Amino acid sequence: MQFREIISMALQSLGANKLRSGLTMVGITIGVFSVISVMTAIGALQTSIESGISFLGSNIFQFAKYPVSGGQGGRNAQKYENRRNITYAQALRYQQLMEGIARDVCLKCFDFKGQCTYNGLKTPPALTVAGSNKSFLAANSYSLGYGRNLTDEDVDLARSVIMIGKTIEKNLFPHESPIGRVIKINGHPMTVIGVLAEKGSAFGQSQDDICVIPITRFFENFGSAKRTVNIATQSFSAETYNRTLDKGIGAMRLARSLKPNQPDDFEIYSNDSLKSAFASVADVVRIGAFVISLIALIAAGIGIMNIMLVSVTERTKEIGIRKSIGAKSRDILRQFLTEAVFISEAGGIVGIILGVLGGDLLAAWLQADLIFPYGWALAGLVVCSAIGIGFGFYPAYRAAALDPIEALRFE
Amino acid sequence: MLNTDTIRPRGPIVIDIENITKHYVMGEETVHALRGVTLQIHRNEYLAIMGPSGSGKSTLMNMLGCLDTPSSGRYEFNGKDVSAMNDDELATIRNHEIGFVFQTFNLLPRSTSLRNVELPLIYAGIDAEVREERAADSLRAVGLGDRLQHKPNELSGGQRQRVAIARALVNNPSIILADEPTGNLDSKTGEEIMALLENLYQEGNTIILVTHEADIARHARRIVHLRDGLVESDATAEQPEIETLAFT
Repeated sequence: MQFREIISMALQSLGANKLRSGLTMVGITIGVFSVISVMTAIGALQTSIESGISFLGSNIFQFAKYPVSGGQGGRNAQKYENRRNITYAQALRYQQLMEGIARDVCLKCFDFKGQCTYNGLKTPPALTVAGSNKSFLAANSYSLGYGRNLTDEDVDLARSVIMIGKTIEKNLFPHESPIGRVIKINGHPMTVIGVLAEKGSAFGQSQDDICVIPITRFFENFGSAKRTVNIATQSFSAETYNRTLDKGIGAMRLARSLKPNQPDDFEIYSNDSLKSAFASVADVVRIGAFVISLIALIAAGIGIMNIMLVSVTERTKEIGIRKSIGAKSRDILRQFLTEAVFISEAGGIVGIILGVLGGDLLAAWLQADLIFPYGWALAGLVVCSAIGIGFGFYPAYRAAALDPIEALRFE
Repeated sequence: MLNTDTIRPRGPIVIDIENITKHYVMGEETVHALRGVTLQIHRNEYLAIMGPSGSGKSTLMNMLGCLDTPSSGRYEFNGKDVSAMNDDELATIRNHEIGFVFQTFNLLPRSTSLRNVELPLIYAGIDAEVREERAADSLRAVGLGDRLQHKPNELSGGQRQRVAIARALVNNPSIILADEPTGNLDSKTGEEIMALLENLYQEGNTIILVTHEADIARHARRIVHLRDGLVESDATAEQPEIETLAFT
């Protein structure tokens, strides 16, 4: 029997029960959709991250109290919580030790509840307020739009000066230049000295609702108790990066007065460590999506088996007729198997299309590059065939094994 | 009361069964459906198998139609031993050598006449164009040339049975096995179908009719009566003068 005939027979009998075939298909579609959409989104994010989005500026590593994930929750949360804060004094000591070894050392502290007001206008609350020094821009991949950067003098004298992000400029100064104006941030007056160039958003979060003040002024206005300083260090070049990192760790241990037998009590971030941190999170999400989809697909497979068993029973007479006019058992087996595989594949293809669309939509929203996960799509098709064959085999076998006389007598 | 109109000369033996038995085990007891039937059927015979229900005629028909194999005895179809064949070989015999016509027509309800008639050719692995042409020819031969694209529910009972006959003929089978072909038809339509079978006989086909109605059986040239799984009588119409045959 020709392949074309088998296909056309399968299509015909599936077409005869459109609703039933469609509903059975949906099960497969859901299973495939969930895995493909997650894989697409994760793949897109990872591609974007690996192909250039840098969390940090180039040749930069950073020391902080908490790890990338923030140290919230998890069994290590207590360990990070109990660490000593990195104090400003320690940070200054480190900066001093690294003089001549690193190109730049940026000390920074953050508060996330800032709100600026000027002349009766307000910004939205929850601005990021960074207390830092002149190195902030380079260390965090910002650049100055216009005006001037912070200077060492600003920091030494704890001047009330501020650099503002694009969002703040747009909100407070729709018609005039902000340079030299005095705005209030959480009630504290600050003179605007510079405006940051627009950076856009990353992972759905705007990077332009930020303002930067001297770190010393930050401690005065936002308090220095319970603050921990993050330290970003930039090496002179990519070649000296590893050497600078080694020296940086040594200097940090010295600044923290660690004894040789004590482990590092601070976290080290680098672009590499951020990438691998993301990769490990991505892997967990992948495994989760995979397991959930697998369960969904098994459930859908059982649905196919159920519907095929019903179909075989309903079509007993048809099977008898086919056998009486010369269909061999394997012809019947193939016909029913093809139907099961068809349902499964059709569901799978719809699932792949929707999954890629859904995943890429999410990726687009997160401003990542769009991808088509060929490997996963192919795997999806293979898995769907396997499900169709696996769960369709028993019903098809039952159909093929029917006795033609009994089947013909069936009403 | 045998039909003695134009009896065509018999050809070589198509079906040769010798002392076949069939028994089924039903729960505790064993049912002996056939107790030793011996029968020879020649090419171009028109034979009716008669008998009351329980006589074993259905079992014999299944056996002749290669839907079933005997418990013992020998069955040769065109010289090939059928009793030793496996299911696939039996399916091939059914496909190539036997045309079934059933009481309930047994057409695929969702397929057009053409698709129904094509079905045996599909299983025979014949190419689409050839297949369609042969199926259409076969339908034209039973007078349904204008009903190719109709589905069974758009046809009358008599037309449905004609489609079934066209399907039985399409593979040029050695025998046409008709099981109560008029059982679901009114008597006028029934007569039309019998006339069609008579035509097929006259064109050189071998027809085996299974029926319990004497009126239907009388169309045949030979009648085999079964009772309790045994051949009770086997009567063949006398050959009329050889001269008449010469110009038919």
